[in-house]
Amino acid sequence: MKSLNKIYLLLVIAMFFLYSCSRESAENIPSTRGVYMLLDTSGTYTQELKQAQKVINYILSQLDSEESFAVARVDTGSFSEKDIVAKVTFQDRPSMANRQKREFLEKINVFLTEVKSSPYTDITGGILQAIEFLNEAGAGHNTILIFSDLKEDLKKGYKRDIPLQVNGYSVVALNVTKLRSDNIDPKKYLNRLESWQLKVESGGGKWSVINDMSKLENILQRH
Amino acid sequence: MFIDIFMIVPSSTILSTIVWVILLMIALYISRNSVHNSVLSFSEAVHNYFRLSARSVKLLRTILIVRNREVLLAQGRETSERIIEREFERIDETVNKDLSSYPALHRHLNEEITIIDESFKKSTVVPPAPPEWVSAVETIAKIPTSKGDSTVGNILQTIHKSLEKSCTSALVEYRKSSREHNRLLQKIMPQWRNVAKNLQQVDKSINSLLARSVTIDRLINDYENILKGSDKALRTLSSSSMTQFFIATFVLIIAAGGGFINFQLIARPMSEMVGGSNILMGFKTSNIAALVIILVEISLGLFLMESLRITRLFPIIGALNDNLRIKMAWITFAFLFLLASVEAGLAYMREILMQDSQATLALLSDTGGVEVVENSALWITTASQMGLGFILPFALTFVAIPLEAFIHSIRTIIGIFAVSLLRILEWLLRLIGNIFRSFGKIFVHLYDLLIFLPLSIEKLIVTRISPDKSTASVTTKTTKVNKSAPSSNVTKKVISKPSTSKSKVGTKT
Repeated sequence: MKSLNKIYLLLVIAMFFLYSCSRESAENIPSTRGVYMLLDTSGTYTQELKQAQKVINYILSQLDSEESFAVARVDTGSFSEKDIVAKVTFQDRPSMANRQKREFLEKINVFLTEVKSSPYTDITGGILQAIEFLNEAGAGHNTILIFSDLKEDLKKGYKRDIPLQVNGYSVVALNVTKLRSDNIDPKKYLNRLESWQLKVESGGGKWSVINDMSKLENILQRH
Repeated sequence: MFIDIFMIVPSSTILSTIVWVILLMIALYISRNSVHNSVLSFSEAVHNYFRLSARSVKLLRTILIVRNREVLLAQGRETSERIIEREFERIDETVNKDLSSYPALHRHLNEEITIIDESFKKSTVVPPAPPEWVSAVETIAKIPTSKGDSTVGNILQTIHKSLEKSCTSALVEYRKSSREHNRLLQKIMPQWRNVAKNLQQVDKSINSLLARSVTIDRLINDYENILKGSDKALRTLSSSSMTQFFIATFVLIIAAGGGFINFQLIARPMSEMVGGSNILMGFKTSNIAALVIILVEISLGLFLMESLRITRLFPIIGALNDNLRIKMAWITFAFLFLLASVEAGLAYMREILMQDSQATLALLSDTGGVEVVENSALWITTASQMGLGFILPFALTFVAIPLEAFIHSIRTIIGIFAVSLLRILEWLLRLIGNIFRSFGKIFVHLYDLLIFLPLSIEKLIVTRISPDKSTASVTTKTTKVNKSAPSSNVTKKVISKPSTSKSKVGTKT
């Protein structure tokens, strides 16, 4: 009987431990991740999109069940669901998640072969759409990837002078290529990066730039 | 502000300092007795408080030692009873198995012996009796004969021939009879062998019983020692407990390793069943589910061992009647078998999931989806995983044995550990108490050092007023007083100043 009492005592201790763990975790934010990737399809940047496929593959390999991923194109007016090329929230079952990854990849392949360059570049609209998507996805750690040269070129009449609400978001600019004019005056390139950084950080987001596509490990860091 | 107060003699810091020092000395000298008493009382009070605490801890330690002793003896008694009980069960088995057939064996032996006896009687060799007319021959042989009379000779010759003939036929008859006897004796041989074999068997059983009785004697002796609560028994039990603890811990660590492997085998496929990302109490639901399955298996193992009376963690199961207990053992085994089968299935599923993941990763890799090379030996891995998934639940069943040993031995270990801790605590309390008392004495001495000047003057005055008295009192009291209070107390006693320390010294003297 005494041995039984000891086992009960051990069980109570184990329950208390689990309870304390649950309390601790309840205070934390969810560990799921949401990623929204913007692909610049303007002008000559479409030639860089092959690089984007590597990034997409890498992200797909890193994401797990119940995490969300969307790829959208940046064109004349990007604040639209129509610009989303593929989006997915992976199912709970790993086998289903794998199937979804393969289907997602097929969609991207089709898009990359059929993509046509757009005359304008609405990055801000894309980011606004990304915020909307990620808020709906409800992931714990949100990342917006901008695969672009960051040169925004809005069509006449489009207004994008609104502050970005990216509090808690991580915004990563990928493969920010230098334009011909940047080569003439590098200050333009630096100013462009600085202005985006200011825009993101003033909205409460975290800004970073990755130009080396072989160092993608830090893209999806949980923050 | 401070400078204004400090500079009693304006324009001379040194003079001001001297004045302040003198004033301070006077103040300290006046309040000397009160300060001494306060400090000594405080240090004594603290010392007493710590001493009392140490005494309480000592009392607690004594109680714990007694409790440990009781626990150890109770455990030893229980273990001894179990071993003795088991030995008696073995004897019972031997008696039931070998000696229950003793009446039959006895009858069999009797029959064999009767057969042997009869055969032996039949085989008795009867020597041929000499012809009855031999005496007649002797009489004829004694007849006196004259020379040349051949009658007697002829008669004797005839008799000799007849005798020879008779002897030959008797010999033939005797040989025939002997052959027959030998044949009968040969027939007895199997019976002899049977008897010898049966007796050997009986001897073996009896020897086994004797050996067990020696073991029981030894165990009973140990048991008596435990009942007496002898120091030897306690030492043996304590040492045994420690050994049990370390062995049980070692085996439990190994079992935990086995459990971990088992967990790895089923955690991944469980995510396919209960979801891969649901979080429950901070852990993945799939992980919790896998852990629960393993814990259920261990629990079933415990019940199985308990039903088989290998362990005795649950007295309720042990107290069940044999039929119910055996039924319970079979039911537990069936559940365990089912769970092991489920685990084997999950292990198979794990392999399929891994292949699926690998295919997807290959598709997502830089190569852009090179086909995964089919490995012909892959079935070995799959079969191994399935085998492990099936065997590990049964292997984990045996965790019950070290777990029982661990639970029993940890009581003793915790007891010993607690006693050691209390001993250290007791020592610390005594040390702190003594440090406080010593600090009180040191403070008193330091205080007197600060006012050495007025004390010296006081001593000088006392010496001048009554040199003999003071010298006598100083010489007799200094040594004693020095041990507990400052020397100045002595002086004060002599000049008959009313003070607490003085009265204290007086009491001591």
